[in-house]
Amino acid sequence: MVLALVACGGGSSPAAESAGGVDLRMTVWTSNKDQLALFDSIAAAYRAEHPDVRRITFDSLPFADYNSTLTTQLAGGNSPDLAWMGDISHDLIAAKALAPLTEKLKGTAGWEYGDLVDSVTAEFSRDGELYAYPFSNSPFALYVNNDLLAKAGQTVGKGDLSWQQVSKIGGAVNAKTGKAGFVIRDFDYSGWNMLGTVWPGWGASAWNEDGTQCGMNSDQMVSAFQFLHDAIYVDKSMPGPGVKADFFAGDAAFTVAQVSRATLLDGAFKYSVYPLPTGPSGKYSVIGQAGVGVLKSSKHVPQATDFLAYLTNPANAAKLAQYFPPPRKSLLTGPKLAAVNKKLSAAQLQAAVIDQLNGAVTLPNHTKPAEISQKGKAALDAIWAKDADIKSVLGKTCDALQPLLK
Amino acid sequence: MAGYLFVAPQMLGVLLFVLLPVGLAIYYSFNTWNVFTGEMTFNGGSNYSDLVNDPQLPKVLLATLIFSGGVVVLNLSVGLLLAVLLNRRLPGVTAFRAIFFSPVVVSVVAWTLVWGFLLQDNGGINGLLSVVGIDGPNWLQQGPTAMVSVIFAQVVRSVGVNVVLFLAALQGVPRELYEAARVDGANSRKVFFGITLPMISPTLLLTGVITVVGALQAFAQIAVLTQGGPGVSTTVLVYYVFQQAFEFNNIGYGSTLALMLLSFVLVLTILQWQLRRKWVFHEE
Repeated sequence: MVLALVACGGGSSPAAESAGGVDLRMTVWTSNKDQLALFDSIAAAYRAEHPDVRRITFDSLPFADYNSTLTTQLAGGNSPDLAWMGDISHDLIAAKALAPLTEKLKGTAGWEYGDLVDSVTAEFSRDGELYAYPFSNSPFALYVNNDLLAKAGQTVGKGDLSWQQVSKIGGAVNAKTGKAGFVIRDFDYSGWNMLGTVWPGWGASAWNEDGTQCGMNSDQMVSAFQFLHDAIYVDKSMPGPGVKADFFAGDAAFTVAQVSRATLLDGAFKYSVYPLPTGPSGKYSVIGQAGVGVLKSSKHVPQATDFLAYLTNPANAAKLAQYFPPPRKSLLTGPKLAAVNKKLSAAQLQAAVIDQLNGAVTLPNHTKPAEISQKGKAALDAIWAKDADIKSVLGKTCDALQPLLK
Repeated sequence: MAGYLFVAPQMLGVLLFVLLPVGLAIYYSFNTWNVFTGEMTFNGGSNYSDLVNDPQLPKVLLATLIFSGGVVVLNLSVGLLLAVLLNRRLPGVTAFRAIFFSPVVVSVVAWTLVWGFLLQDNGGINGLLSVVGIDGPNWLQQGPTAMVSVIFAQVVRSVGVNVVLFLAALQGVPRELYEAARVDGANSRKVFFGITLPMISPTLLLTGVITVVGALQAFAQIAVLTQGGPGVSTTVLVYYVFQQAFEFNNIGYGSTLALMLLSFVLVLTILQWQLRRKWVFHEE
């Protein structure tokens, strides 16, 4: 019955808008007060120049339910005008639900379209057309709790860490302190695509480049999962399923998380930030992206597109850069990012952000992300048992995913 | 006219929040709805053929049967047992009644979150077990224990309602029937099965119906504790409806599943209502 009630959802309020001006609404998944204040200040400046836009609101939706809430709003005829988007972007682009942006952004004086890094626009482009501005391109990095390592008598060297070293040191920290060795943030034995920050080190990928062939059963993937399995049951460096450990609360020696998560560091312990550890295949880097697009179902597509161009112009992109690594070459230097980022130094930002963007892969993303995520999780659950047959489970995972990869 | 006006608010509610949604669900079940563009396409009943061909559905139905069966049997039997124990005139019995009923008034999500922490591998339950030298299982991560855990969390939270209803029924049984049975030399077992059960059988019917319906609609426990896992071992039908409709955006197929769930509830309720003639006292 809830399904049917979806259809009863209201749209925007044309009656109110006829009184004078357009109301724009953008859905976001951040609830960070400072970030929302920044969005509000940019919107206020825009409205001062555009009296036809009466109000711009930023609708903060919980991250865990973001996609389902957004699609429910779309289905219920209550579409936002602009949406912050992650893995749902593939579905929205494939369904032709997003307004094209290239012409508008290229035609806006001073916007400097050529300043965008080509590699970060690929995720939100189809056939040369950009459908969402990639406003956040946050590489994944390895955070280290130096206090915990010191307690366990462990040190990390100056050079690149390998995954084997991380697991060995993490195991020693666990044995000495009872705290976790390393955690992959937001994985929690549910969001398995977060393991896409680990398996590129073994040269593995969830599917091939055009997303048609499952890669979960490759030999490289078997080796990557064998490493994770050993980390849980042999090294005891990674907390097993059903065990909670939050690095930022001081519960783990290492975590893999996006650079933008540095805002969670509150000074409770000394920390370092490193590029991702190397695997048997060598060095690699992974970025997590968020874009902003205009929904075609918006009643104010021209105004929403115009506001998007303003929100992401060079001056505002520089302001947003304090929270979200920007897609503009002109802003991508360690000192420039450090000028607005209070948690990491210029050298750390250079190493963890700038140096990682070129050649970085994204987390696995495909159309039908929720279905792929759930079917993959259901199949992979069996791998987290102590006596799991890793090759067999990964084979079954591909059996479950392959029909969805079209 | 006054009669119609009297029932009008209730009828309006039923019309808007029951009949209209059911009608729309039937409509959606014959369509494919692209939620991103709002485009609705008639698909000639392919959602119903998907129902037959869905390889996951038998597992979901089995999980639903185990969960609902476990909840109904435990809820009724434990509820009745507790009610019989709490029906005695003992000191402090009122406090126990309040304790057993109190989980019912707690938010289901808050209740389930607490159980999630208690049942995790390094949680409170295993902590207690380790005190007595038992290495507890990873409750929510293994198929059998995950199902036991969600059933247990559901029963402990909801059994209070049945206890209260059974208590009211037990207190309504005429004392003279018990006195007469004692005079005739009946033992406790005979008194329970010969007098108590028949006399409270209308309440048993009521609790049976609401417990079956409640078990088939349990959602938050699954969503918070296991998300249907491990594998699909705790994916009950109502959670599967949610997944298909709101996570996978297959609203047409989700509607079809929802209608199947509705038909299960209807059939079971009608069956119980018809069977009342066989076992409910006072009924023809």
